[in-house]
Amino acid sequence: MPTKTALKPEAAAELVTEGAKIMIGGFMGVGAPHRMIDALVERAPGRLTVIANDSGMPGQGIGKLVSAGLVERMIVSHIGLNPETQAKMNAGEIEIELVPQGTLIERIRAGGVGLGGVLTPTGIGTLVAKDKRVIDVDGKEFLLETPLKADVALIAARRADYVGNIEYTLTAQNFNPVMALAAATVIAEPDAIVPVGVIPPDAVRTPGVLIDHILERRR
Amino acid sequence: MDAKERIARRVAQEIHPGTLVNLGIGLPSLVANFIPAEAGVFFQAENGVIGMGARPPEGMEDRDLTDAGGGFVTAVPGAASMDSAMSFGLIRGGHIDLTVLGGLQVDARGRLANWMVPGALVPGMGGAMDLVTGAGRVIVAMQHTARGTAKIVPECTLPLTSTRRVDLIVTELAVLAPTDQGLELRECMPGVTVDQVIEATAADLILTVQD
Repeated sequence: MPTKTALKPEAAAELVTEGAKIMIGGFMGVGAPHRMIDALVERAPGRLTVIANDSGMPGQGIGKLVSAGLVERMIVSHIGLNPETQAKMNAGEIEIELVPQGTLIERIRAGGVGLGGVLTPTGIGTLVAKDKRVIDVDGKEFLLETPLKADVALIAARRADYVGNIEYTLTAQNFNPVMALAAATVIAEPDAIVPVGVIPPDAVRTPGVLIDHILERRR
Repeated sequence: MDAKERIARRVAQEIHPGTLVNLGIGLPSLVANFIPAEAGVFFQAENGVIGMGARPPEGMEDRDLTDAGGGFVTAVPGAASMDSAMSFGLIRGGHIDLTVLGGLQVDARGRLANWMVPGALVPGMGGAMDLVTGAGRVIVAMQHTARGTAKIVPECTLPLTSTRRVDLIVTELAVLAPTDQGLELRECMPGVTVDQVIEATAADLILTVQD
């Protein structure tokens, strides 16, 4: 398998262009690609659509992209810990699509694994069901939720090897392994890069074929 | 004992040994403080861990091991970590025995609203809609009123979290159970009278207790 190229954070940020749709791993900043987020703030491509679990907190994680005014639209499950996101939403500066967390991860998975959508009972009879198809399966109602894909996925990991095999840790997994399936370009930010073979095949959670680039080691 | 502790202690009595429980952030998370370790209760956090334990000693926190509120936790023996698809597969798929969630409103039919106040506060639903949809049992742990305004109402005016009927409502004043017939007042908390509960509740109550 070919060895990946290790990108500097600036070069990784270059791959996110104005108006791009990007997925960013992490849950309240845990397991988020912090160095790439910082590089994006520096490069400042505008009008981004961000698909992520949440909008972080002011000055932390995805919250930095919100503060920098780079985000036009977000598809997230929670913005409660970032008053800035709520203020920008109320001012009409950011469009927010709130999606139940379990539905959000399944829409991303559907996008990544070639499914035309998922049927979920979550959201039936609530605002979430607005304008969505309700499908009866054996007498039970489900919402048809459509797949999500992105131009670029920025994911965080515990370790990557030279061919891009990825290992995660504890609650830093969250959205990362699923997002690695769902974008045209996938860039991984591991805590450590190790020789091929150090991560045993059974411990590889994201096979290297899904990874386009690895962020260079922290200097 | 303040109102929140009173609520958390009463909810803890509802948690059976050996079950898998998801506690919401805020008030519901306090319930864990009143479950003895020997009960063998496993706590799941939707950010991807089963077997969550108390906060570690100062200086021993792992930035990659937190609860769903982002606070540092430990993992107990037998713990397992997972990604969000597995975590919500467990939640939606009926593998969590009980969830305890906060509430903004609950109505006479036992329907919960806890994710937005249109035009004022829009935190988002996070994992709440999936939890109410899929957990075996749903307990709402909340203060009975919000600055004097009733939260237990004939019909929710705030957007619903789910149309599912929750199983139990625990407040600092009372324990209530939505049933086919309506909202039953099951218990008054110590020192609270039936009249005080009725006064603080906008929905009609079926009285099954007396002072």
